[in-house]
Amino acid sequence: MTVKTLTINGQLISAREDETVLEAARDAGIHIPTLCYLEGVSEVGACRLCLVEIAGSNKLQPACVTKVAEGMEIQTNSERLQKYRRTIVEMLFAEGNHICSVCVANGNCELQDLAIEMGMDHVRLDYHFPDRKVDVSHDRFGIDHNRCVLCTRCVRVCDEIEGAHTWDMAGRGTNSHVITDLNQPWGTSQTCTSCGKCVNACPTGAIFYKGSSIGEMKHDRAKLDFLVTAREKQQWNF
Amino acid sequence: MTRLKLATVWLGGCSGCHMSFLDLDEWLFDLAAQVDLVYSPFMDTKEYPEGVDVVLIEGAIANEEHLHMIKTVRERSQILISFGDCAVTGNVTALRNPLGSAEPVLQRCYIEAADIHPQIPQEPGIVPQLLDRVTPVHAVVPVDIYLPGCPPSATRIKAALEPILHGETPQLAGREFIKFG
Repeated sequence: MTVKTLTINGQLISAREDETVLEAARDAGIHIPTLCYLEGVSEVGACRLCLVEIAGSNKLQPACVTKVAEGMEIQTNSERLQKYRRTIVEMLFAEGNHICSVCVANGNCELQDLAIEMGMDHVRLDYHFPDRKVDVSHDRFGIDHNRCVLCTRCVRVCDEIEGAHTWDMAGRGTNSHVITDLNQPWGTSQTCTSCGKCVNACPTGAIFYKGSSIGEMKHDRAKLDFLVTAREKQQWNF
Repeated sequence: MTRLKLATVWLGGCSGCHMSFLDLDEWLFDLAAQVDLVYSPFMDTKEYPEGVDVVLIEGAIANEEHLHMIKTVRERSQILISFGDCAVTGNVTALRNPLGSAEPVLQRCYIEAADIHPQIPQEPGIVPQLLDRVTPVHAVVPVDIYLPGCPPSATRIKAALEPILHGETPQLAGREFIKFG
């Protein structure tokens, strides 16, 4: 194992040869924004938020899938990159229906965090307002496609950590969406183990625990009746 | 020194942003000492005046009256502030947009959900026509300052207004000042 030396934002860094630019930067305490990246599963370089400038190339490279090399000179936060990143986040907001005020993830959302980080006080692009579905057929979880940013974290945790591969992608372009099994309601999936890893991996409010959104609280009055009957009549009517 | 002319306008929103404005509590006294409030739902004025220095716009553009109003406001105001998520993004007011047009909304509200006398209100000149697509304010007229939040907190409103009183441009950044929702 050889050590590579490189510079990030003018700072001299040493990294293991198998490390990515993102890992090397994080080890050195240099922040690079990410969205589809999730520690513990494979990298796909899909969201393009971690794009960095590498001296000698005009092409921007995603830090999460670019290996370090000897003598690399990297810029992670140039004006050009800041401009591109804000535009990427604006595109994500314009493409879906991200209505923070009525979202289960409001205040706990990585997309919202990125918008704040990029200084996005408004979206300059036209909103698409796509007609997307919500699937709450699963007993414990739900998916709101309006909030999905297609990061594929759910697909990767389900495949690589749980080993179930319930989630996958379908459609192309603006019709791209995540599916369960053979594009069927989640509740009818035969491979889903209900482990909840996808809920924990999701960066937004797209995949959520049921009962966590406004108006979902259910009162089970029959329980009270059951208890009273059991106490007074010694009958346990299940 | 002439006092700034301040206006607030309520378009397609729930008035929550105006309620939050009232949360400025005692700072409202300071504000009242420095500005003339010339148009607002808080006062009885029918006509949007000329020569407004600063205007807070709550709500999205959802009907023809809003469309007409925002154009008048833009013409007659110096600094236009998109006030709250509905003005900035469309927010809850724009939840109906994926349905495609105004028709399904009217059908649902006035026909399907009606208990008695189902009919869609048609009163030209009195009841403004809904637009087929709700838009944020900046999709219709240029906006100078964005004040997101549902609603923006009183702290945030003050952070936007106070610099303007001193002739400066507010610099809103970070979670406390630009988080949606």
